[in-house]
Amino acid sequence: MGVPLIDIRGLTVDFDAGQRVVRALHGVDLAIHGGEAVGLVGESGSGKSVTWLAALGLLGNRARIGGEVLFEGRNLVGAPASDLEAVRGARIAMIFQDPSSSLNPVYRIGQQLAEALQLHRGMSGAAALAEAARLLDRVGIADATRRLRDYPHELSGGMNQRVMIAMALSGQPRILVADEPTTALDATIQAQILELLQEIRRDSAMALVLISHDLGVVAENTDRVCVMYAGRIVEDAPIATIFEAPAHPYTSGLLAALPDLEGPRRRLLAIPGVVPEPWNLPLGCSFAPRCPEFERACEAAVPPAIELVHGHRAACIHARSGSA
Amino acid sequence: MMRYLAGRLLRALLTIFLVVTFAFFVLRLSGDPALLIMSVDAPPESIEAFRKSWGLDQPIWMQYLAYIGHALTGDLGNSMRDGRPAIQLVLERVPATLAITVPAFFLKIAIGVPAGIYAALHRNSFADRLTMLLSVAGFTMPSFVLALLLVLVFSVQLGWLPSSGSEGMANAILPIVTLGAAGAAILARFTRSAMLEVLGQPYIRAASAKGLSWRRVVTEHALPNAAIPTTTIIGFMVGTLIAGAVVVESVFAWPGIGRLLVVSVANRDLAVVQTILLFVAATMVSANIIVDFVYGWIDPRMRTAPR
Ligand SMILES: Nc1ncnc2c1ncn2[C@@H]1O[C@H](COP(=O)(O)OP(=O)(O)OP(=O)(O)O)[C@@H](O)[C@H]1O
Ligand SMILES: [Mg+2]
Repeated sequence: MGVPLIDIRGLTVDFDAGQRVVRALHGVDLAIHGGEAVGLVGESGSGKSVTWLAALGLLGNRARIGGEVLFEGRNLVGAPASDLEAVRGARIAMIFQDPSSSLNPVYRIGQQLAEALQLHRGMSGAAALAEAARLLDRVGIADATRRLRDYPHELSGGMNQRVMIAMALSGQPRILVADEPTTALDATIQAQILELLQEIRRDSAMALVLISHDLGVVAENTDRVCVMYAGRIVEDAPIATIFEAPAHPYTSGLLAALPDLEGPRRRLLAIPGVVPEPWNLPLGCSFAPRCPEFERACEAAVPPAIELVHGHRAACIHARSGSA
Repeated sequence: MMRYLAGRLLRALLTIFLVVTFAFFVLRLSGDPALLIMSVDAPPESIEAFRKSWGLDQPIWMQYLAYIGHALTGDLGNSMRDGRPAIQLVLERVPATLAITVPAFFLKIAIGVPAGIYAALHRNSFADRLTMLLSVAGFTMPSFVLALLLVLVFSVQLGWLPSSGSEGMANAILPIVTLGAAGAAILARFTRSAMLEVLGQPYIRAASAKGLSWRRVVTEHALPNAAIPTTTIIGFMVGTLIAGAVVVESVFAWPGIGRLLVVSVANRDLAVVQTILLFVAATMVSANIIVDFVYGWIDPRMRTAPR
């Protein structure tokens, strides 16, 4: 597969919360190749957002970041601000969960797009606005030239997410990280936005990282999925493998919780229990207390991720004998 | 828009009218001006004559109707003390008051706004904690206490500045500083929280994710948004330019409207007190209207309803 586009190695994040320091990421390893579409799933609080915010240095000064984020020959962890600014938006773009509040309420759509174009492509004035209109058109906004004069509050959530996507495209990035881009939108709009992301990826050879709670959404839109739990990637495999031979009981739990579209209607099997708080993790495997396959050995140590077959990693002591 | 404007104006006039009415009755029911203005041993006949000449012998609602009637023609009555028109007495004092409230107003903004922004940008730092400590001190301390402290230090101890009077510029400094410090404290705190609120918004992180430097994120994305609530508070401070210096003027014997008010209330100089209250109500109400319009102008969400 060659050298990955971005190679995150042993990424840790500690939040300084006054008296105590809370570890939110415990060594995340994640490599993404050019043009790939990778899903990142896991329950709330598992560290999906923090992984990418940390990689781009967007967590602020109360977060301490360890490990490496190798991108285009540089380590972004600890890189000077100017290096990070040159990567953000231009090389790695990110869009967020709540599009309407991710746009600045006091500026027109056109101004915000023009700002990005000025930053990444040195465009200004009429040229920037013309390009902004082209981008809006590209993301499926009708009457683009007129929409440039609108404020974010004058557009719907779905429209604003399209604007955010247009803004992300303005830098012609190598990677687009979409952090739950459709959570705040209703179902039909959600499908349209995901379709748009697919289309853009097909046309531009840009890698896509799709963060979601929903394994179903990830399965339909990506080639590979990384399952996160309590600040670690517990399984990483191609979509087909995840559905046919999940190696981690947590992944199996997420699969069991998926609504079955073809088969007879049945009750969703939510995983019993709750995600542990980051300052109160159990000994050994963080999933152990909720795991149907729990045994004493699970508490002995955090299970390392092992490669079962090429391209399939899992961090569970049962995985060795199980699917390998 | 025109309807909104007319409604706003009508509400403003109603507010002023209510203030004037309220003041009229409270003043008249709380003491007899004749007894205060005439000496204690004045013969009953002359007290009666005084009452008659000022219409105080009439039933109160008659007095009220007469007052409103005159006021509508622009006649706000005469001072019982020196007989001159109340409006003239009040207008005479306006320059002195503005001479301390206007510089104090700019002092508040010049100190309060940057301090609040700095504190927010360096949240939990030593500078932030110090700013907030001073700010709490500044607005919990009554202004006469601050005034007395300043007098103790700069007039009594150091002898640099006069403690009272109105002979020259030096006399204005302590009143200005007293007023300015209290306002700056309020404004610093307010600006800080407005700024923190904005810095926590998703569009700030999104602006950073776009690749903007932190400096540009702050100046181009955070400040314009934090300016919206801050401008509102500054606008309300405009409303206190006339009436905000009552205590300070009294402490420093500064011959402004505030001091005239205190003296006139003590003397039950009815027309003067009412004229001052009318002025105060009018400035506050105008300030509110201005704030409303500025708000609509700087915040696009106020201009257009969502589609
Ligand atoms: N600024 C912060 N300060 C302290 N803790 C934080 C901060 N941001 C995130 N965390 C913690 O880090 C952990 C991971 O959070 P993260 O936002 O990455 O979760 P997530 O997987 O994206 O969840 P969600 O699906 O709810 O978005 C959580 O326990 C969260 O409480
Ligand atoms: Mg998240």
